Amino acid sequence: MGEKILMKGNEAIAEAAIKAGCRYFFGYPITPQNALPEYMSRRLPEVGGVFLQAESEVAASNMVYGAAGAGARVLTSSSSPGISLKMEGISYIAGAELPAVIVNMMRGGPGLGGIQPSQSDYFQATKGGGHGDYRLVVLAPSSVQEAVDLTMEAFEIADRYRNPVMIVGDGIIGQMMEPVEFKKEIDPADLPKKDWATDGAKGREKNVINSLFLDPRELEKHNLKLKAKYDKMKEKEVRYETYKMDDAELVIVAYGTTARIALSAIELAREKGIKVGLIRPISLFPFPEKIIAEAAGKVNSFLVVEMSAGQMVEDVRLAVNGKKEVYFYGRTGGMVPSPEEIVEEIVKIGGAIK
Amino acid sequence: MKEEIIMAGFGGQGVMSMGKLLAYAGMKEGDEVSWMPSYGPEMRGGTANCTVIISSEKIPSPLSSRPDTVMVMNLPSLEKFAPMVKEGGTILINSSLIAKEVERDDIEVIKVPANEIANELGNSRVANMVMLGAYLARKNIVKLDTVKKSLKDVLPERRHDLIPINEEALDRGAALVK
Amino acid sequence: MKLVAGYPDSLTEKPFHYCPGCTHGIIHRLVAEVIDELGIREETIGVAPVGCSVLAYEYFDVDMFEASHGRAPAVATGVKRVHPDKIVFTYQGDGDLASIGTAEIIHAANRGEKITTIFVNNAIYGMTGGQMAPTTLVGQKTTTSPFGRDTNTAGHPIKISEMLSVLDGSAYIARVSVHDPKHIRQAKKAIKKAFQVQIEGKGFALVEVLSACPTNWGMAPVEAVKWLADNMVPTYPLGEFKEVE
Repeated sequence: MGEKILMKGNEAIAEAAIKAGCRYFFGYPITPQNALPEYMSRRLPEVGGVFLQAESEVAASNMVYGAAGAGARVLTSSSSPGISLKMEGISYIAGAELPAVIVNMMRGGPGLGGIQPSQSDYFQATKGGGHGDYRLVVLAPSSVQEAVDLTMEAFEIADRYRNPVMIVGDGIIGQMMEPVEFKKEIDPADLPKKDWATDGAKGREKNVINSLFLDPRELEKHNLKLKAKYDKMKEKEVRYETYKMDDAELVIVAYGTTARIALSAIELAREKGIKVGLIRPISLFPFPEKIIAEAAGKVNSFLVVEMSAGQMVEDVRLAVNGKKEVYFYGRTGGMVPSPEEIVEEIVKIGGAIK
Repeated sequence: MKEEIIMAGFGGQGVMSMGKLLAYAGMKEGDEVSWMPSYGPEMRGGTANCTVIISSEKIPSPLSSRPDTVMVMNLPSLEKFAPMVKEGGTILINSSLIAKEVERDDIEVIKVPANEIANELGNSRVANMVMLGAYLARKNIVKLDTVKKSLKDVLPERRHDLIPINEEALDRGAALVK
Repeated sequence: MKLVAGYPDSLTEKPFHYCPGCTHGIIHRLVAEVIDELGIREETIGVAPVGCSVLAYEYFDVDMFEASHGRAPAVATGVKRVHPDKIVFTYQGDGDLASIGTAEIIHAANRGEKITTIFVNNAIYGMTGGQMAPTTLVGQKTTTSPFGRDTNTAGHPIKISEMLSVLDGSAYIARVSVHDPKHIRQAKKAIKKAFQVQIEGKGFALVEVLSACPTNWGMAPVEAVKWLADNMVPTYPLGEFKEVE
């Protein structure tokens, strides 16, 4: 540990999960995340874990439900169409309040879409995705190192709140290689015992993992309990990064890969004398609305850049609350915006002109 | 210091592994590095490519639209990537397979008979290392020695018998430019 | 004084919600008795389905899951892989197992998952109000086959035990019935074997139990068990289809 190694994002996330004490992986092949399950199929047996290629994403997510309810740290990964299928299990996992980590290496949609990088599952990830009133904690790394750090943190957050956590990336984050360092390693035997888990009712009352509440009063109580949990996440789990906000007149809001490209655009814009800053949401739920609201008091305008037709922009507009103009620039279908395109957009909206 | 490099060629010409080797060596020298495989519509047409960025500072976009250097191993790659090279940048051409001239006078052109040299060494598959050697000699981004030392970490163990010929290919490529 | 009959430890005292004449109650009791007799109550984790037995997690006094429709074998797989030394069973109806959950049951069996499945086949969807099931008999009237099941448009009764017995991963497959005391005793024997197979680590085990649904069949309880014996048994022959030594 402590030594830097060059790793692909998909493989680095897999190793980070193992270092976080995860010993169970259930998945189904889909591009562009196959390197992750392939890595797990080699690595998990070495550490006494289980890799299982399920018959479908639906089955995989329900195996995750079973393993999580049995008390284990468990991971599954997929890409957009596969995540749609996993939504059944994810809704049950959220409803039964189980910790689990789900990776979505997003690709273009809707339908079968394409296999190129995309951020078009923002709504699905942050607004529930499956049926019912629930939220996932959604974390969006923009480098391989951050993917490692957030994966390890995701397991902690999942256990802390008994709630599923989703890591969202895209084919760039997944296939890119960057140096990474694994800062710690957790032995699953050292993790605190989950007294709610089903492992045989030896000398105790039975435990039940369940999301069924036929009495509407009971279900409402359960829904309010979940909401209180999400409110607590909003208070404690907001993560973001800002860049050159001190003198910024226009601020780009972008996450993941797009935020990296935005950094290059900011360099170019500043060479032209346009003062541009960046707010990069790291947690997409809870959304960093406070910092955006604060920025609305200082900057002239916002430019939201996404690889979608405009999804996160809605949350930015809610946070800005009409105080300033919020512009949007998106590429879709697997097309990746270039820094030059973003600068063109900045010039077009005259963000720096008072 | 920040250097953006695109390497391109036919699948099987080893452009991905030369990129990985370069990125790995950059990391060993303490630089920030990124390696990004071809990903996108450019994958069509039989060319594989990767982008390597080596920088003394944190790397913003891991993609490159104006690379400092381009290394092309075949003709389709030349046609695709020559126009992208930054003004004043460098293009290294595998002259064994590319007869066409570069139609730009604002960039430096280095011709490397990579396949001929590799064949002289007895293994056409080290053409990529000849090309990389030439690049390393031209641009002082990563030391040739570091790249050589990285071979044992980047090549799978079953290929370690090929380390000497890879080193030789790197040297021959470097000698061309010196 | 010798106790000749009692209440199984592996059942809670919660009264069943099942309709009069429904045989779920008998099957629950058989499973609970087997768990008691094998002394595995504190080692067992059960998975309830969606269907009439959705509330099974309230009745079995062991650690329980409530699964989504058809996915109980996948949930059980997750549990068993985490706790390979524990006993894991699923309790599923015909809509759950033989319709929406076919992929999950086939692949759990084919992987040789060391779990036990109790498959309750009553040839109809009970909880949703008597719709056609994949196991509905030819000509049988249901709310979605009002003129009787027509094989030309609705296919044939699906024979799960026969299907699963040809898979190399299954270790014990049997079909039993609970329409009279003799068959109930046989059913218990098969259920016990299906748990023992798991304890011995032999592979996947399933017992298909033919069951009566007087409410949705539109019959009195006595009439219903007679109909089961006369009509279901000929379509779904009883017996052990597979037993790996």
